[in-house]
Amino acid sequence: MVEAQRPKRKSPYPLWFFLPAAIIYGVLFLVPTATSFWYSLTRWDLMTAEYIGLENFRQFFSEPFLVQGLINTLIYAVMTSGLKTIFGLLLAVLLTSNLIARGFLRTVVFFPVLVSTIGIGITFTVMMHPTRGIINVALEAIGIDGPGWLTDPALALFSVALVDLWKGVGLATLIFIAGLAAISPDYYEASRIDGATRMQQFRRITLPLVWPATVTVITLSLIGGLRSFDLIWAMTKGGPGFSSDVVASVIYKQYQAGFYGLSTAGNVILFGLIAVIMVPLTVMFNRREVEQ
Amino acid sequence: MRRTRPVVVGGISLAVAAIIFIVPFFFIFLQAVKSRSEASRLNFDLPKEWLLWDNFLAVVEARNYQLLLAYFNSTLITVFSVTILVVLSAMVGYVMQRRRSRWNGVAQVAVLIGLMMPPAVVPTIGLLQSIGLFKTMTGMVLIQVAYNLSFSTLLYRSFIGTIPRDLDGAALIDGAKPWQIFFRVVMPLLKPVTVTNIVVQSIAIFNDFTNPLYYLPGKENVTVQLTLYNFQSMYTSQYNLLFMNILLVTIPPLIVFIFFNRQIVAGMTAGGVKG
Repeated sequence: MVEAQRPKRKSPYPLWFFLPAAIIYGVLFLVPTATSFWYSLTRWDLMTAEYIGLENFRQFFSEPFLVQGLINTLIYAVMTSGLKTIFGLLLAVLLTSNLIARGFLRTVVFFPVLVSTIGIGITFTVMMHPTRGIINVALEAIGIDGPGWLTDPALALFSVALVDLWKGVGLATLIFIAGLAAISPDYYEASRIDGATRMQQFRRITLPLVWPATVTVITLSLIGGLRSFDLIWAMTKGGPGFSSDVVASVIYKQYQAGFYGLSTAGNVILFGLIAVIMVPLTVMFNRREVEQ
Repeated sequence: MRRTRPVVVGGISLAVAAIIFIVPFFFIFLQAVKSRSEASRLNFDLPKEWLLWDNFLAVVEARNYQLLLAYFNSTLITVFSVTILVVLSAMVGYVMQRRRSRWNGVAQVAVLIGLMMPPAVVPTIGLLQSIGLFKTMTGMVLIQVAYNLSFSTLLYRSFIGTIPRDLDGAALIDGAKPWQIFFRVVMPLLKPVTVTNIVVQSIAIFNDFTNPLYYLPGKENVTVQLTLYNFQSMYTSQYNLLFMNILLVTIPPLIVFIFFNRQIVAGMTAGGVKG
């Protein structure tokens, strides 16, 4: 009551509310991000940093296994993102239709999202064991000779991506379900009266109107895929050889080996990769949407 | 309407989903209750003896009760970082939503960068070392706050948009100070999104593996996810104990999920749609 009479009326929404968050975020996230550009140009042991120009980047792009990590990151991100979008939409359509045990199914599909990635990684590594794993045992029972899911260099990255799909598709499904729920049933009703088939309804009504959710799923899963580390690390550690290495696992390996400059150069390359892919994509997607 | 079709489609999808999504969990449970030799066969045979309790004790006692220490550490990190996160991100989301200032644009870009960009790990380690926070719980808590601020802020900002300004206006006329308005009037109204935030972030931080791996090395600092990783190399011949550990790590999110299913779904979709 007394304070209301103060001569200088300040905004009730003080800017110092930003301050505690800004300090923590600035010091622990933005500062290291900014300094990483400098350290990526050095030979660095955490004490002294010696400027060596673009040597780290030259090395990164001339070592075949490092280049492989870069290519694998792209493959992994595009594959997991694409699969999550397709299967997420299919599951969402299924789980919004009129079928029994719908709620139970939604729960079952979503639960893996919340479970420890490392736990899931170890479990699937055991189930994918080339001879004793239950996947290959089951395949053998129906007469198929199962591959070495994680031991075949040509297959390891794809096997991990499939597990990523298993773990992450629930989130995509959830976002699509929210998107589908926002579509007015009138459209379906009207088109049904006009004699549209289910397939036509899906292509002409569902797909275009669920587009905002699609954008969200693609964006989130692409970012997740490009940064992904823990599942790959739990399942293959980048192996066999370097066949399933991604940039994030290269960063960790170079850090462990004590090549801090090279590791940081990997980090900067990952920033670049994400920026080059996500910025144009976001601009493109936003053009089709109304700004909030 | 034909009534058989939903039943048939439902039945088939139920069966497929059961196989694909439930079998791995069933597998975890089955291995966790077997004896060492039975578990090493990695198959679906039922155990001769159900060793749930014995395996549980063996895992808990392993490495001088490392798992208990890990649960303690993980809980501590989760509780402290989520508490700080909730308060700080609510403050940011509130002012971002309510006040037009030139700092809004800056905050918006910062949120976007935080959602998209991975942290620069080695420079962060260097920085933590130079301020004496490397390998400390304080450092780990602050890192979790820094890395998860963007998402929390996003949730708060969009929710605060739905709360009428009249309420803070009325409190202002009554002579309340800004921080009183926020903590006494606005914050209680944010309860739904606060619950969502707490639940979603707790799960994310409890399950986090990468950040403790980098910033919190050392035996006495071990977290739950790292025990799993350490036990993986230790228990190559004791799958029953490895899976008992996985089972124990899976239970906390399961309990949270049972009680807060709705809030989790709200948080995941709201954050997603706005992100």
